[in-house]
Amino acid sequence: MMSIPMEHGLILAGVLFAFGLAGVLMRRNVIFILMFIEVMLNAAGLAFVVAGSKWNQADGQVMFIFILTMAAAEVSVGLALVLKFYHKFRTLDADAASRMRG
Amino acid sequence: METLFYISSFVAVIATFLVMVKTNVVHALLYLVVSLLAVALVFFVLGAPFIAALEIIIYAGAIMVLFVFVVMMLNLGSADTQRESEWLTAETWAGPVILAAVLLGEVIFILVHKPGAAFQAEMLGPRQVGISLLGPYLLGAELASILLLAGLAGAYHIGRHSGEKGGGGRKRS
Repeated sequence: MMSIPMEHGLILAGVLFAFGLAGVLMRRNVIFILMFIEVMLNAAGLAFVVAGSKWNQADGQVMFIFILTMAAAEVSVGLALVLKFYHKFRTLDADAASRMRG
Repeated sequence: METLFYISSFVAVIATFLVMVKTNVVHALLYLVVSLLAVALVFFVLGAPFIAALEIIIYAGAIMVLFVFVVMMLNLGSADTQRESEWLTAETWAGPVILAAVLLGEVIFILVHKPGAAFQAEMLGPRQVGISLLGPYLLGAELASILLLAGLAGAYHIGRHSGEKGGGGRKRS
């Protein structure tokens, strides 16, 4: 019934990951950086699910659940840090905190 | 099923690209939600309906709502949009994009011209995923729960510290 080659799923995951990486590299807004980190984690999970679907094993989906919990924990701590950042520097430019003076 | 896969993957790629070029945070969040929905459809076509539901509920639901809450709390102005649009002029990124596109074309050529196996029709539902998650991956599930607890405690600590420090910092400056 299904004849989608695994390479096409992996190409999709790779393209999404490349977009996320390019977004992290070219944006200086902290919220945008967090969003592109989410895009990259999602692409990694997509690669896991594609591989698990290739061999008909549930392991890829279990790995996606782990990535999901990691992304949830990461985004909660990251958004708390964004709030603290904005209170301290009154901007969202990541270059404002290029020097950590403790 | 194949056309569903290709259409949704095109939507995912286009939406993610628009996230990358939008300068308004809320517009970019909307495109990111569209991208996550398209990826959820890809999961469904690939035979993982449980993961598709989790993608919609947790990624497109909970995490994006957190982003929207933070954007609303910060109440960003238009000066930020102006500054971000200055970073996106064509002279700065045209050369690296052309080089990276050549590399991407090479990778796609290698992957397409190698004979690959097709997908099987079998669906892996929540039953197999649950048996595998709480069977051989039980230690991983416990570690994930500890990670969630650490994230909860860390977010609470950083957020509370931010409130007290913010008042003190404004008094000092």
